[in-house]
Formats: sequence, C-alpha cells, structure tokens
Amino acid sequence: MSVRTLPLVFINLGGEMLYILDQRLQALNTSEDNSEKVLNDIVGAMFSKDFMDELLKPQQLYSHRTLKTVLTRLAHASIMRLNQASMDKLYELMVMAFKYQVFLCPRPKDLLLITYNHIDTIREFVRHTPVVVNQVDETHRKIIEIYSSLAEGDFQLLRQTLLIFFQDMHIRVSLFLKNKVQNPNGRFALSPSGPVPHGIDVPGLIRMFDRKGREVRRGEFPTGGSYTSPIRQGCFALHGNRVITLGMNMYVGTVLTPHHLSTHACTPSPPAILLQKDDAPNLLAKEELNLLARLMGSMKAEDMPETETGFRINLFTSDQEEEDCLFGVINIQAMQDEQAATQLARIAGQFAEGGEMPEELSSSKGDDLLAMMDEL
Amino acid sequence: MYHKEKSIQIKNSASALYNNLCALRIAPRRLTYFTVVHANVVNMVSASWDGLNYSHRQLQSKEPNVATSTSLIMQAAFCSLPSRDLLVVTSQKGIQVYESDGSIMVYWHALDIPETQTGKVASKLDFPCRFLSLGISTGAILVFDVPSKGSNITLSDVLEGHKESITDMASECCGGEVCIADLVSADDGGNLCVWKSGEEFKLLNHIPGFDISCSSVKLWKGTVVAGYGTGQIRLYEAVTGILHAEVNAHARWIYSLDIAPYSGLLLSAAEDSLVRVWHLTMTPESQSVEIAHLHNECVTDTQICGAKFCDADGYAFAVTGYDLSEIIRYTQS
Repeated sequence: MSVRTLPLVFINLGGEMLYILDQRLQALNTSEDNSEKVLNDIVGAMFSKDFMDELLKPQQLYSHRTLKTVLTRLAHASIMRLNQASMDKLYELMVMAFKYQVFLCPRPKDLLLITYNHIDTIREFVRHTPVVVNQVDETHRKIIEIYSSLAEGDFQLLRQTLLIFFQDMHIRVSLFLKNKVQNPNGRFALSPSGPVPHGIDVPGLIRMFDRKGREVRRGEFPTGGSYTSPIRQGCFALHGNRVITLGMNMYVGTVLTPHHLSTHACTPSPPAILLQKDDAPNLLAKEELNLLARLMGSMKAEDMPETETGFRINLFTSDQEEEDCLFGVINIQAMQDEQAATQLARIAGQFAEGGEMPEELSSSKGDDLLAMMDEL
Repeated sequence: MYHKEKSIQIKNSASALYNNLCALRIAPRRLTYFTVVHANVVNMVSASWDGLNYSHRQLQSKEPNVATSTSLIMQAAFCSLPSRDLLVVTSQKGIQVYESDGSIMVYWHALDIPETQTGKVASKLDFPCRFLSLGISTGAILVFDVPSKGSNITLSDVLEGHKESITDMASECCGGEVCIADLVSADDGGNLCVWKSGEEFKLLNHIPGFDISCSSVKLWKGTVVAGYGTGQIRLYEAVTGILHAEVNAHARWIYSLDIAPYSGLLLSAAEDSLVRVWHLTMTPESQSVEIAHLHNECVTDTQICGAKFCDADGYAFAVTGYDLSEIIRYTQS
C-alpha cells in the first residue's frame, strides 16, 4: 500500500485538532494572548523542519496508538496538558472528521486540496507570528514538490490506504448528525446527485463507433441519480481558491457548545480502534516504536517560562452541564501536571539510546523535561 | 429485473480495494464460496444454495520468511482447473496459493524485489495451457505454470509490457473455439496489453490509455471491457484496439466489472454507490459489439468495491461495499 500517507495524515488530523482547540478557546473567552500562544506552539512543533522531514520519508502508516501518542506530544508542545480521556475524545473527533473528508473526496487527487484547506486555515491562525508562518509555507512548498509528481492512481492507492486505516470506525459525532452528513447508524451520507468531480463526465451517455472510429450512434440511459456538470478545478499552488470545501474549518460560524462535540459510540460499541484487533503479538511493534522515537525526538518545543500559570479549559463539557453529561467531566488541565510530566518522561526515557531513566526529574520543572526530550 | 435477497453476513467489513469480491460455484455440492478481503485477512464464506447453511473461515496473509510484517492483502481470487480449484491470495510481499476451501497452502512465492507490491492475478487453467499470471507494481507480469495435481507450481516467465503498476488482469476460456487473444492486463495509466498465452507468451496489442487508471478489465469473445477512474466503460476489439463503444457509466471511480459469459450480461460497480447491469451483444454484420443498459441498483451511502455474478448466466449477482460487513445479493425476478 502507499508509503506517502504520513505527512497528509498529520497535517489533516493536526489541522482538525487545531480547529477544535481554537473554537473552544474562543468559546470560553480565553485571552487572546493565551489562545495565540497555544496555537502558535502547536503549529510550530508540527511544522518544524525536523519533524516534517521525518514524516516526508517514504514509510508505512502505522497504528492509531502511535499516531495518538505523537499528536498528544504535539499538543503538549503548548502550555496545555491533555489527560488521557480528553485526548481520546479529541482523537475520535479528529479521525471521524478526516474519515469523512477522505470518504467524500471527489477525486483522489483532491486529497491535496483538502490538505491545503487545512494548511490555509492554519496559516491564518498563526498569521501574527512570521517565524511560524514561514515554517508553514516551507512545509507547504515541500508537500507541493513531492506530491505534484504523483499520478492519480497513486493518490487512489493513498486514499485506499487511509480508508483501510479508518475502517470500521462509526463513532457518531453530534455536529455531523445535526448537519446530516452522518446518519444515525454512523455511516456518512453519500448521495447519487450533485456536480460530478472535475474531469468526469455526467453519466448517462452511450456512444457507439464504427471500425474507422466515427461515432455512429448515441444513446442515453437512466442513471438513478441527478448529477450536474462538474465544478471548476481547485488551485494546487501555495495560495489560491481550493474550490472544494472539505477540510475547511467546519466549526466556524457555529456556536460550538460541548454538546456539538460529543461523540457516541455505536451500539454495540466497537472495540478499541486498532488495525490489528487480535491478541497476536504485534509484529510491527518494533518498527512502530522506532518511528515513534524518531518522530518524538525530532519535535522541538520552546522553553517554558518559569512563572507560567496554567489555565483550565473544559473542552467537552461546560461547568453547568457536568451533571447532565453522559461522559462525566473531561477537564483539560493546562497546568503543570507533575504526574503526567513524570509519566511522559518515563516513556521518553525508554526511547533514548542509552536508556537512561530520568530519576532526577521528579523535582524538576517542565522545561527540563522538554529539554531532555530534545536530546533524543 | 433483479430484486434484493437476504444478505450474507461476513466477519469483517470489506476494504476499499478494486474487485474486492470473488465467487466460486461448486455445483456438485450445491455451494458457492465467496471471498472478501479485509486489510490483512481474507473472509471466506461457504453458502449453500438453499440458503440454510453458512460456514466461515478466515485466512491471514502469512509471510514465511518475513518476520516483521503481516502484510495487507491486495486480492483473493479463485482459479478453476479441470481437476481442482485453487484460491490465490496476493499480498504486499508475495503470492500464496491455497486449496479452494482455504484449508491448505500449496504454494507461496515471495517477491524479492524490494519496494514492489503485488497487483492482480489472472489465470487460464484449461488445457493445453495452465498458467497463473501475477501483475506487480513495477508493471511486470510473473507467469506461473500450474500442474493439474500437486504443488509443483513454478515461475516460468516474466512479461514486460507495462511501465506502471498493474491494476487488473483478465483471461478468457475459449472452450473449444480458437482464441486469438486470451489474456489482457491493465495498469494505472489506463494502458491495456493483450496477450496470447502459450509456451512463450506473445504480446498481440497495446492499447494506450489517457493517464486515467483502468481499475477493472474483462475479456469476452475477443472484446476487452475496461472500467476507468473517470467512471467510463470502454469496449475495445482486443486484437486490433478498435474502440467499439464508450459509456459515461458512473460519476465516480469504477471499482469492479464482471461478465456472465453465457448471456453477455455485464456488471459495473463504482464508488458512487451504484451497480449497473448492461447487455453486450455481438453483431457479426458490422463486426462490432453493442452495449445496452438494463438495470440499476443503489446501495445507499456505500462506496461499492466488489460486484460479481454468481453464475455464468447472470441469474444472480453479489455486491460488497467499503465498511460493509455483508455480501448483498440480488436475483432476477
């Protein structure tokens, strides 16, 4: 299957993550400074040269577990700390949004336009910080360079690889149900109507030719749908009108209450989402850990100021809804979480070449942890 | 014309792969075997004709010499010899051949070229020529010689006719008639190669594409029927490359084509959630083939990835879709 999936996966999933975080930060009247800092830090880590170079190497797409770990680390590049439950819910939302976009992608090549929609919006988020904007532009250029040479068949293989990755995930998202893009059974709505993708002809015509290649007869057949002529092609350059709306911030313009972001497992609830569901030892585990180590080691994070005061964000419930909520309170604590930091350090220590255990970390502050991870 | 029957539930959902459904009719035992690929597993169902008995089996792609990976499967297809039937499973790293019920592996072949993946398999297993051909992502086609008994399958030839990844292949059993062309291969650029099998394979014709993937191809009475990523179906005369007909059949990428050889019925299925039934007729006077539309079925909210006739007359057909854990069946009314 395709070895070019990782960069698109991270940019699109990371983009969805930023959309959700941005909306919730705004809805909770977080100060502009804090909001901007959170987004800048995450975008800076995600689009750092080392991290992107690691992603751009041709390689297989690994498991959900690996992706979730790296995305958590990216989120922790900011002053926010996500507990496991928050990250799990956030990941569900991100993945279902991206699955929807890949599923409905009109032509395989339009996966790039979806990616560029995410990049465009990310650029908007960080527009006041030229350094980060440059990183985003640099990455965008590299993506254009690498993916422009792929044929449509390669993009379809890429799309098929992603669809296998998302297979059997039918988590219902309240916002999608409300907008009717998702059915109550968790499947996305696919209608045999609307404009055909660019480069495709409206179905219904049969043409017959003689042995010399001249058209001798035309016929029509009932299509069972109502298709219209194609829309124009979107722009694949650094800036431009992408035309298709998949990948744009679907949370803009809605007053995003926690209810919109709630997710429901389908009944009967599916097991944890992993490609290999059986209990057999994961033979790819070693390769996955290597990838994880390389990705985590290549992420740069800024030093955290000594006098940082944390702020608390409720991502998925508001204070009043605590009692009514089906899932209990999920608090994102943007404070220095000693326990989480030590836990992360322990995991990080396992990847270090020398296998040093950071016993000395127990009394240190967060910035030491980050500095240590940079040494991986 | 067709009505929906009771679906067969399968253990896993179908993956989004071209031609992801295969059927084998075992008349003496009044059974049909179906195979559907889910990531690295082949789901096999054996369904009795009276609709009362279903038994399931799962095959996982095993790589005998490769310690690290259980690789993704590209295709599971049945091949019928006069004396036996075989199940061929192609995965990223190689090809495995099983007895038709999936019980015993009789042969495996690992690709030693790194970074290549297997594509599609086609077979022609009637006398005098018995071969299994496997298209791979470099565009090469490996030809294996299959004996009527035993597991002494050998790699006998490598055909170079394509520069892009092979997407599908088809062969035709001509019965007693003389066949000029009996194998066609298609690639990601929409190019088609028409071959004559034998001790040495001969490339008879090369039909160029238009940079649009040909995802599914069939051969019937010397006519190539090809389905493309633009949703078009084209009928070509295999040996000459003359285009007989072009149909704007679907609004999205075509994933599967199948032909019922006795009746000339054609099935096409695409990501647009529609399955269409067509009729092909040979017109000897004008030496061409005509195509007429007969029927549509819509599988709501589903991108279809496999569609197969269950018998050679086209009396019944079966359909699989991405993320769907069932094989949907339709029978003529």
